Amino acid sequence: MFIPCGRGGGSAAPDFKGFTLLMPAVSVGNVGQLAIDLVISTLDMTKVGYFYTDCLVPMVGNNPYATAEENSVELSINAEVYSLPSKKLVVLQIRSPFIKNKYRPFCETLLSWVKSSKFSRVLLLSSSHAYQRDDEQLLGTPLRYLLTPDLEKAVGGRMKELNWKEMEKVAAYPGINNTDKVLHIPGGGITKLLFTESCSEGIQMAVLLKFCSEGDNIPDAFVLVNYLNEWLQLIKSESKNSTDLSSQWKIPSSWRLLFGNGLPPALF
Amino acid sequence: MATFFGEVVVAPFVVAIGRNAAAFLSSFILDSVCWEVVGVVKLWNEWCRTSSTTKVLPTDSFCLFYRLISDPTVLLCQCSCYVAEDQQFQWLEKVFGSMQKKDLQVTILSTCPVADYKTQESTLTLVSPFLRALKTKEFQEQVCCPLLEQPNIVRDLPAAVLSYCQVWQIPAVLYQCYTDVIKLDTVTIEAFKPLLSSQLLKSLAKDASESTKILKKFLTTGETHNNIYI
Repeated sequence: MFIPCGRGGGSAAPDFKGFTLLMPAVSVGNVGQLAIDLVISTLDMTKVGYFYTDCLVPMVGNNPYATAEENSVELSINAEVYSLPSKKLVVLQIRSPFIKNKYRPFCETLLSWVKSSKFSRVLLLSSSHAYQRDDEQLLGTPLRYLLTPDLEKAVGGRMKELNWKEMEKVAAYPGINNTDKVLHIPGGGITKLLFTESCSEGIQMAVLLKFCSEGDNIPDAFVLVNYLNEWLQLIKSESKNSTDLSSQWKIPSSWRLLFGNGLPPALF
Repeated sequence: MATFFGEVVVAPFVVAIGRNAAAFLSSFILDSVCWEVVGVVKLWNEWCRTSSTTKVLPTDSFCLFYRLISDPTVLLCQCSCYVAEDQQFQWLEKVFGSMQKKDLQVTILSTCPVADYKTQESTLTLVSPFLRALKTKEFQEQVCCPLLEQPNIVRDLPAAVLSYCQVWQIPAVLYQCYTDVIKLDTVTIEAFKPLLSSQLLKSLAKDASESTKILKKFLTTGETHNNIYI
């Protein structure tokens, strides 16, 4: 459940009515989570609360977005909520994996919070295994989107303008019967569950995902966050001609030593 | 009745997670005269196994809770067993659910492998064991060692307890000891000694000679298991 930060047990919950909720799925390469880190860090978002749940593995550390000694000592936990009222944006960052059998309870708690907070829409950043792509998906852009029927009505046109590609459905019984098609997002974590639940509950949700593999997923995160930015325009290009905004996203200070410590000098 | 430490009223709760942290409390704080057992948490998971050492340490699948007889607001917990990730939330709810939250101040002691410590240098050049601390927003006192630098994180039960305290605005500090010994080890136990200079533990600490006696007992207990060449 959402617990606001702030002094005193009775601190009033901030008002999120009409805001967009941006969140990651814990998925292959952690691309969604990395992209969210870039958003929070670049927009210098303020932490407004915690999403306290028994569904995620506990973890703590000091401020992952620290820019100086003074702001480096604030404790962060596994699921936190950040806000940028000027863009009517709320971001939920998830920093640890799900505990076994807790996918569904988490989805239920999350969607219940979405409804009670009256968010206007939910944007889910996710990824899917690149090796599961079919022949057609191997060509062209590795980026896909999905919209729930309620959001399709509102922004379907914008997707066409952006020339985005919708996530294809795959045959339920490949080789046997190619007519029954289902949504299949391998490696997507809670993406499919959250999407299908949102469809049936009339929640406006969009999924933005990238096909990728495990490895150094920082470039994938940049691609995904630029994809998001094409739609939301969170940051604008500084130079008139450049369409590549990668240099304008601020890498958080916690993105260090992702591939282990320094090497022992005696090795050489 | 709450305890006065300096000018501030606190109800201290010290949690030692892991065998070395629990042994630190046994050596330097706990005794059978001033402390009484007031509670126990029993749990089972695949990591539990019965211990062949007895008496000095609590049984493997229990967490024991002690209270200072002269001041019942002072509580200690020794948790030597591994609390699995799907048991941690329940542990928190059961333990903190039965405690008075007013003036509560939590101190957590824990250990983890130095190989988990992320640093620019190689861990081979680090001098271990060493302490690092994490504290909640409400914790205003001095910490006894440097704070844990990013990108390091803490997991498992210590993280669960500290998260609970951060969310519910309880002042709490976690002292994580990075060590290269996974078994019970006197050097690792003694690495927690800087904590004895803190206001809280200074007033609870036992006589130094008694602590040395208990530490020696740990040393001999350990040796019997390690003499595979004799």
